Amino acid sequence: MSTMLTVDNLKVTFPTRTGAIEAVRGVSFTLGRERLGIVGESGSGKSQTGRAIMGLTPAHAKITAKTLNFDGIDLLSAPAKARRALRGSRIAMILQDPKYSLNPVMSIGRQIVETLRTHENVGKREARDRAIAMLEAVQIRDAARVFDLHPHEVSGGMGQRAMIAMMLIAGPELLIADEPTSALDVTVQLDVLRILDELVAERGMGLIFISHDLRLVSSFCDRVIVMYAGKIVEELAATDLGNARHPYTQGLLNCMPTLGTSRHPLPVLDRQPEWAL
Amino acid sequence: MTAILSAENLTVAYDDFLALDTVSIEIAAGESFGLVGESGSGKSTLLRAVAGLAPIAGGRIMLDGKPLDANRRDRDFYRKVQMVFQDPYGSLHPRQTVDRLLQEPLAIHGVKDAERRILRALDEVGLGSSFRFRYSHQLSGGQRQRIAIARALIIEPQIMLLDEPTSALDASVQAEVLNLLEQVRRDRKLTYIMVSHDLGVVTHMCERLAVMKNGKVVERLSSADLVAGRLSEDYTKNLMVASKGFVREGA
Repeated sequence: MSTMLTVDNLKVTFPTRTGAIEAVRGVSFTLGRERLGIVGESGSGKSQTGRAIMGLTPAHAKITAKTLNFDGIDLLSAPAKARRALRGSRIAMILQDPKYSLNPVMSIGRQIVETLRTHENVGKREARDRAIAMLEAVQIRDAARVFDLHPHEVSGGMGQRAMIAMMLIAGPELLIADEPTSALDVTVQLDVLRILDELVAERGMGLIFISHDLRLVSSFCDRVIVMYAGKIVEELAATDLGNARHPYTQGLLNCMPTLGTSRHPLPVLDRQPEWAL
Repeated sequence: MTAILSAENLTVAYDDFLALDTVSIEIAAGESFGLVGESGSGKSTLLRAVAGLAPIAGGRIMLDGKPLDANRRDRDFYRKVQMVFQDPYGSLHPRQTVDRLLQEPLAIHGVKDAERRILRALDEVGLGSSFRFRYSHQLSGGQRQRIAIARALIIEPQIMLLDEPTSALDASVQAEVLNLLEQVRRDRKLTYIMVSHDLGVVTHMCERLAVMKNGKVVERLSSADLVAGRLSEDYTKNLMVASKGFVREGA
């Protein structure tokens, strides 16, 4: 398997009045055409890792890395114009909540067409046809009607499917999905995940799936990275979750109440200061 | 069963839309009762109608055998019934300290010995007096939710209405807050009505539950029945499948 993305010793630091906050403190991994999960609690640095790869870190933050390489391109030294050309066309990102991440004053179809025509030289007619075909690929029935709707006129599940369509229309090689189903209803989550899973497999994309839900990530991905306080504490194959060695990973697995197990009180994480070292 | 709280044919309407459609439930004293369903099913509306936060168009709510006025709740009601909301970031006043937040219910109900009660409430939710003069932005999500629970508990209610109290929290913090809720319920013999979309959480916390869809109760069952899969409605089965998580087809 060829390596598409290499991240070596990535650090993201935010300067604040009370001193620098290190959100990501030396994260390293490589990614081929596979599904990689990044799991951790809020504040563990998982989203900032994804954003640094995408190039969406706020301007005042400082990014350093020994290597941050996507398909031979050094992302750290690449000029803004080159990064912009990558974003959306070769690397795409799905965000958590379609309510906030779609443009509220633009129809869904126009937003998809805009993405496509930014990255490819296609005519209006063809762009529209491709957008509708893409909406059909994410299993939106009556795609021609949804094309003309605005984001507030569709449900959360449909909005998220529209976002997946928008992100995949330019045929990216790497997809970063940051909590793509957390804002959705439980009954809709599975549909959206299934669509995402099929499209990723069909198109042979690399996927970074960021989530706080360890079980979900392990059922969806090939490999899982567990982050705590800006660092990777454990990396394991998804099938190997039962053999997790780090107490933090074990704690995350145990603390969820599940159907059919009666544990009162629930085990809680006993956070050790040395985990954050 | 002597019901401490019951709703009979309760209907809540927003113009032509029926958010609750002739719903009846009965909750016994000391019981923990769950409401599950997808968004828009009316589970939160039912809680809000009980608390007097949704316009009641028909039916009635009985507390201790006495019917409540449809659109007014008196002070005695809130002395008995308190609510904890979903979003700990939205439910605490951003410009009040924890101390001020906890004074409010005591002042409303004219409770004396505020000092002792505040310290006790903080202690009970596991925060300690060092948190007393902090603002909510200086607290984490889990700590905020503990403050919201302390604010509800401080006037010693009998019934707690819990609207997705842990869905905005990390899994590890969720476990801590659920343990806290179980602990205070045991210590104070409280009655809980808990809304959640997570079947794991509801079966962990509640003995009985009602499944809601489109403003109606479609199924009532015990947690044991749910766990054992003794259900009759397809809708409940779908919720069960969804709660088991993602399974790749053919895998």
